Amino acid sequence: MASIAIRGVKKNYAKTQVVHGVDLDFASGEFVVILGPSGCGKSTLLRMIAGLEEISDGTIAIDNTVVNKLEPRERGCAMVFQNYALYPHMSVAQNIGYSLKVAGVPAAERTQRIQAVARVLELEHLLDRKPMALSGGQRQRVAMGRAMIREPKVFLFDEPLSNLDAKLRVQMRSEIRKLHRRLNATSVFVTHDQVEAMTLADRLVVMNAGRVEQVGTPGEIYTRPASRFVATFVGAPAMNILEGTVELDGLSLLGGSRHLTIARAGLPVGSKVAMGVRPEAVRLVAPGTAGALNATVDLVEELGAGRVIYVDLDGAPFSVMTSEAVHPEPGSTVGLKLSPDDMHFFSPETGSRLDVFKASIPEPAL
Amino acid sequence: MEKRVTFSRSTIGILFAVPQLLLIFTFFYWPAGQAVYWSLTLQQPWGGGNIWVGLDNFRSILANADYWNSITASLVFAGISTGLAMFIALVLAALTDRQLAGSRLYRVVLIWPYGIAAPALAMAFRFILAPEAGFMAVVNQVWPGFWDPGLDGADAMASIIVAFSWKYVGYNFIFFLAAFQAIPRSLIEAAAMDGSGVIRRFRDIQFPLITPTIFFLLVINITESFQDSFGIVDIMTAGGPANATNLMVYKIYSDGFKGLDYSGAAAQSIILMLLIIVLTIFQFRFIERRVHYR
Repeated sequence: MASIAIRGVKKNYAKTQVVHGVDLDFASGEFVVILGPSGCGKSTLLRMIAGLEEISDGTIAIDNTVVNKLEPRERGCAMVFQNYALYPHMSVAQNIGYSLKVAGVPAAERTQRIQAVARVLELEHLLDRKPMALSGGQRQRVAMGRAMIREPKVFLFDEPLSNLDAKLRVQMRSEIRKLHRRLNATSVFVTHDQVEAMTLADRLVVMNAGRVEQVGTPGEIYTRPASRFVATFVGAPAMNILEGTVELDGLSLLGGSRHLTIARAGLPVGSKVAMGVRPEAVRLVAPGTAGALNATVDLVEELGAGRVIYVDLDGAPFSVMTSEAVHPEPGSTVGLKLSPDDMHFFSPETGSRLDVFKASIPEPAL
Repeated sequence: MEKRVTFSRSTIGILFAVPQLLLIFTFFYWPAGQAVYWSLTLQQPWGGGNIWVGLDNFRSILANADYWNSITASLVFAGISTGLAMFIALVLAALTDRQLAGSRLYRVVLIWPYGIAAPALAMAFRFILAPEAGFMAVVNQVWPGFWDPGLDGADAMASIIVAFSWKYVGYNFIFFLAAFQAIPRSLIEAAAMDGSGVIRRFRDIQFPLITPTIFFLLVINITESFQDSFGIVDIMTAGGPANATNLMVYKIYSDGFKGLDYSGAAAQSIILMLLIIVLTIFQFRFIERRVHYR
């Protein structure tokens, strides 16, 4: 168990900067997931913690020891790679036991510890096989075993589930979670899959373009996204965003073609906002209902338990997720009811969250 | 992905193969067959008939101490030059693989020696290693008489080994570098996370994973050291001094074309061919077992 402190960490490749100053603190025993689109710098950050990438600026400390200049092996981290990175010429047992062999652990103890790890991961019957002869899920487990056997202070996961099929991914997800509860080592898990992120994380770090957008529990990230990027990146289907202007009695949307009456708008009149509402927070009502927006149905996606209805709001795409048994025909008109409590407001320029209902006194300017 | 063309009639397929088969027959099987025939007969030096002598040619060669000296010299040459060429190339490739900037340039520059004809590079080395004027003259200045390939058989052997190795280092380097680069980076990183240092990683991960390439190069280098050495020997030492560098391939030439002993030379080339075949079979049987194919 170890805490990790990241202070002002930057990463440059030649002239391009890919990580622009990241500050993060991970508590001991915490399961942290770093979520972001590909190319956001999340893997680079993880690899800097591991010691596989040099840190261009700033410091990373594990258990209050700055590790910038330490070799990977001196940092007490174990890593599970995206492509598993199993040694193809070694058997499963040799793969799992390699770190012990390097460390000079006697053969008898090594065998015993390999057995123990294999038992936990249900790999006992595969110990003599080569990685070639294993399925994707089994390889994944061997990779986990190789990390576990060292009893590391920190577990690093670099998109370890992205090469697995959907069913196996769900299964491995819960196994990783169980494993974490059992070993209780600080874990940093990098992924671009938001479902993985939401289900695994004690705390979630959302990154974009080399910067941290938001840090919080999965619940906080979902209910109070700190920026327009987080709002649209987390949640499927993505949050709807409509640009508009604040008026005395509500919002003028889509260049003035639609008006939404909201009783408690707390933003200065005339200011431009990006209003976001999650598809699952929108209610379908009969067209023409008071306070509802009329829209034309484009497409209905059946999900079994519910359906996603894609509509057209004067040319702006908008989606609604409902579990009610409604099946509007494409081309028909529906009414959309939006509750002020479910609305998120973001600055159209910076994308940062505007907290309208908290401020008792309207702010003088944006 | 396998792309396979199928022909409705096998005759069309055979017709396509005919030009290649003709070439192989004309330039390989026919001369080889002719050599076997000559080795079993006594050919007249100026043409005009021959006498069937069975295995007499082989008996007389194998009873000749000069020939056994030639075999020993060839084996020494093959062993040392292959070892040297492969070891230097392996070290260079391993270092290049670690520091990738400019590896493209090395790849181009290091293939050039292989493209130089053996006699041309032998001529260059003859000057470089000349005892009276070349680079080694400096050494001779310090230790007089230290280096003289014209008199000392060991020095002469060393000269042709250096020239041959120089040519094959580039060739081997290209293959080794490609093999190193084919190893996924994450394997090296995983080993680093497992606590393995540079040398240990090389021994435990990289070396086993390039064994297919090592094996391939071993077969090629040994085979070539028996055959491609002719030009180097001819220009640098002409088999001397005192037959110290009279390799099998050179002895075939000098006995056959200078001594006009066609039958004896033919028998020698059959023995050389058998030796290479046996060595190659040996390598496949005993060394390939240690190769890890992925």
